[in-house]
Order: sequence, then C-alpha cells, then structure tokens
Amino acid sequence: MGKTIAEKIFDSHIIDNPCEGIYVIRLDAVFCHEITTPIAINDLVSRGKDRVFDTSRIKAVIDHVTPAKDSKTALQGKILREWTRRHKINDFFDVGRNGVCHAIFPEKGFVRPGYTIIMGDSHTCTYGAFGAFGAGVGTTDLEVGILKGVCAFGYPETIKINIYGKIPDGVFAKDIILSIIGLIGVNGATNKIIEFAGPVVENMGMDARMTLCNMAIEAGATCGICAPDMTTVEYLWDFIKDEYKTKEAAQNAFKKYCSDPDASYEKIIDHDISNLEPLVTFWYKPDNVKPVREMEGTKIDQVYIGSCTNGRIEDLRVAAKILKGNKISDSLRGIVSPATTEIYRQALNEGIIAAFLESGFCVTNPTCGACLGMSNGIIAEGETCASTTNRNFSGRMGKGGMVHLMSPATAAATAIAGHITNSKLYKSI
Amino acid sequence: MKNFSGKVLFLNRADINTDEIIPARYLTENAKEALKPYLLEDINMEGFDNKNDIKGKAAIITRENFGCGSSREHAPWAFEVNDINLVIAPGFARIFKRNMFNCGMMAVELPAETIEHIFSVFSNHDTDLETDFGNGFLILKAGDIKESFELKITEFDKALVKAGGWVEYADSKY
Repeated sequence: MGKTIAEKIFDSHIIDNPCEGIYVIRLDAVFCHEITTPIAINDLVSRGKDRVFDTSRIKAVIDHVTPAKDSKTALQGKILREWTRRHKINDFFDVGRNGVCHAIFPEKGFVRPGYTIIMGDSHTCTYGAFGAFGAGVGTTDLEVGILKGVCAFGYPETIKINIYGKIPDGVFAKDIILSIIGLIGVNGATNKIIEFAGPVVENMGMDARMTLCNMAIEAGATCGICAPDMTTVEYLWDFIKDEYKTKEAAQNAFKKYCSDPDASYEKIIDHDISNLEPLVTFWYKPDNVKPVREMEGTKIDQVYIGSCTNGRIEDLRVAAKILKGNKISDSLRGIVSPATTEIYRQALNEGIIAAFLESGFCVTNPTCGACLGMSNGIIAEGETCASTTNRNFSGRMGKGGMVHLMSPATAAATAIAGHITNSKLYKSI
Repeated sequence: MKNFSGKVLFLNRADINTDEIIPARYLTENAKEALKPYLLEDINMEGFDNKNDIKGKAAIITRENFGCGSSREHAPWAFEVNDINLVIAPGFARIFKRNMFNCGMMAVELPAETIEHIFSVFSNHDTDLETDFGNGFLILKAGDIKESFELKITEFDKALVKAGGWVEYADSKY
C-alpha cells in the first residue's frame, strides 16, 4: 500500500512508540518567538536544564510585539535574545531584521521538503506548503523540543482536497481556503492532515500555497500540506544549489515526499472552484463564510492587510494594484504590515509602499501585532475590522470588536469604498 | 498528581477557542498566576459572568471541539491557577488536549450523546464531580442523582498525569 506525504515524513522520523497510537518523532527544526518561548526558557533554567538539543536546528524571531510596546514585552524580547546569545543560536532575527515567523523562516530557506518542524504557534501548519510536516504546539511541547529535539503525535491520517477548475476573476488563495473551512467546518480536520492537491494547487506560487496551508488549523488540522515540485525548488534554489547539481535533480530528490498514487486517505474531497466568489467571514467563527456580495455595504472602521496568512509580496502586489491612484475612504483607517523586512524592502523597490502611502494607508514595520490584538492596530469595542488575517474570534483584534476575514484584494477594495464590497469591481484597476 | 474532583462548571457551547479562554492581550505575562482574573474573559456566551461563575469550580463539562484556535498553553495555565484541572467534552482541539496532559492536567472525552445526557440531567443543578483515577471512573452527583462514567484516556496520557507532565517524562526517556 502506498503512503501519503505526511506518512512518508512521519515514518522516516519515528523514534519511539510509547503506547498504541502515539509516536515520538525526531525534529529537524524547532522555531521560537518571544510570546511562547520565554516561559519555556525560564522553566528549563529553573529545572537546571538550560540546554538546547542542537543550536543549528533552533531558529528564533521577535515578531508578535515589535518593537516592544511596554516593559513586559521588552522583557519577553530580552529573555529570548539573551537565550540565543547564551546558546550561540545564530539564526535569531531581532527588531530591524525580523518578520512574522511563518513568513521569515520560509524566506530564509529554513523550511525544506520532508522536514519535521514544531513551533509554539498554531500557524506552524503553514510549512506544509513546502511538503514539510509543521505543527503548532504549546509551551511544554516546545520546551521538550528545545531540550531533546522530539515531539509526540498521533499517526497522521490525511484528508485530501483536490482543487480544480478555472480560478474566477477576483478570487484568490484566501477565498479558496475560506471556502474549504466553510465546507468542512472548524472541527472538520481535527487531528488530521489536509493535503491540498489538484491543478489549482499545482499552478499556485509558494505565497498562495502558504496562504492555503496557513489556515488548515482553522479547520482543526495538525498541518496543511502540498506536494513539493519545481515551484518549491525554484523558491528554495538559492539555499539548496550546493546540494543538487540541477533543479531537476532537486525535484527528483523531493519526489520521495510526494504521495503515492495508491496512498490511502481518510477522505477525498473534490472541490471545484470554477464558480467560487470572493468570500468573507461573519460572526466569530472562521467557518461562518459568505460571498462578499451578501455582506456588501457592511460598515468598516479599519482595514488591515498583513499577517502570516496574507502579508507576503504577492498579497501586497494585489492590494497595491487596486489601491494605486485611489484614496481610501475618510470613514476608515487602513493599516498594512509587510510580513518581513525583506518583503518590506521589495515592496519599496516595486513602488508598492508608495501606492499604500499615497492611498492613505499607515505602513507599519513587520509584526503579528494587530492580528491577535496585541499591538499596531488594535480595534476599540464596537468597532469592525476588515482583515486579511486568519481568525475572527470574539475579541481577537481588540475586546468587543468584530473581524471580517477576506483576501487582500477584497480588503483593498473595501478600504476604498469604506464598506465591505466585492473585489471583482476593482480587479482591472 | 493534581486534584480532579470538585464542583462542575457547565459551558454549553461548541468550538470554544483559546482566545476566549485567555485573550492574547494577557500573553505578555511571564507568570502563570497573573492569568487568574482573566480566564474566559472574552467568551461569547450570553449571561456568562467570568468574575463570579468560575469561583469554586474544579472541573468543566462542555461541548465539541473545545480549545480550538491558538496553541497558547496559557489556556490550560489559566484553568490551572483557578484550580480547574479537568475538562470533559466530546472532543478537543489537538494542541489544547496535548497541552492539558503535558501539564499533568486532563482533557477527557466522553461520547457526544453521553455529554448530551449529562447536560440534560445535571447542568441545571449544583453538581459535584469525583474522579476515581485508579479505577477509571468519573462520578457526578447533584442532590439525590448520582451517575458514573468511564474515564478513558490513553496509557501515555495516564503516564503524563502520573509523572506530572511531559518534561519529566521526556527528559528521563530521550
């Protein structure tokens, strides 16, 4: 019997099977940020176990509140910073050279096909875009990962979603993943892997694949995953060219992390997107999804473009194209956070930052802050935010606020209109 | 081992996420105890008063997919510092469930129809829960009503509860 991508990665990393259904796997990388790691560090210190399993396999970034907003967040940064120095963890990205973890770690080439990666952050599922097994964990799992380079999981059952059909105008990866979450529900893939497959995924760039995999957790999935192919090789080429003679050789090597044709799945869903419309969420659950046109006219106080879901260069390009030559409505404020310093630089060079500024957007440094209501774009009680982020939970971007999730295109169109509107209207601008 | 017996708090809603359990604005705390007043502050549930309804409770009985969303272990910690070490539901989000057992706490699953039955019989009464960990039973009592249910967790999770968590277990083994 053939195997899925997840099963192949898993089988090559199992080191123990402590009881039926539980597998301890070896980790290729452990990623850290300043919100969930300091408590793990403090606990290791208090136990007299201030050690790391492998300095070269641990990467760290300050991304949630950057620059620090108060003494408490300054201390979180300090604990992480001093720990990386103490243990000579060289891949540490401090204020000024940092970025949202799930954008900067792939950008630096740290995510490779076949890798097993954990991080104290639920959107670690993003790394499946590279044919890797990336899973979000809590602080204790992270602590053991840092100390021992292992983590325990159930055996990965996979739901395969074949995405096919011509992508309609105005529809993007965000609309596709919202449609899938709406279809299977917030509990639809709990304890499972979602393998995104089919011609639509094969034709997507890495930024779009990361958007898809990023929100797999919103359906409960452990990880979203895509088969590595030439698109993956092209993205990683600068980092892997010493390992492989040609791109074709790299692609061939990565084939061992593609699912076999006779692999067995828990479920296979065929998802035709030919008639998909731009989507938006309503209320407090990511599976509450409606076509944008049904929410047309909904008053918005703030538009936010950014995050590990939609703060990459492709996202900014799409939004800037719509904004160029337009002013955002006086009735709202617009905020954009390029996801990494490198994306910021690229956006400057391409005139994207200028387009945002001229339209009336506030451009912030790279940060996760607004998405979870920690900094750089918190909304007030009773306010509504149109956002390219990943969660519309009660209080998510600020206590008593409401969040409507959407694509960068719909967010840009909404910023100009002053209310939720169909991005199709703006597609050709 | 932690305490798993005492008064029950019923949360009659599915998909309660970790942002509702402990909002991100409190994730800047470096001490678990500081989370205590903020447990369930943002829960989207009519009539729920997190200042009073949590007091004196030791266990939670709730609906499907409890603890979905963010990976923050601050969610179990916020329960722990409020002396709640046990949550019972038809199902949990993967990360939340792991975090509970990793802390030596318990996230126990019962079939959805059993949870439905428990809600219909007990949720309108002052209910006590007694956990018999050794024999594997959960006993619910409200006035003259008393019912017991099988406590089913994996051997691995049992080992974590006994060891006090995953750090101790992993450090001695790997």
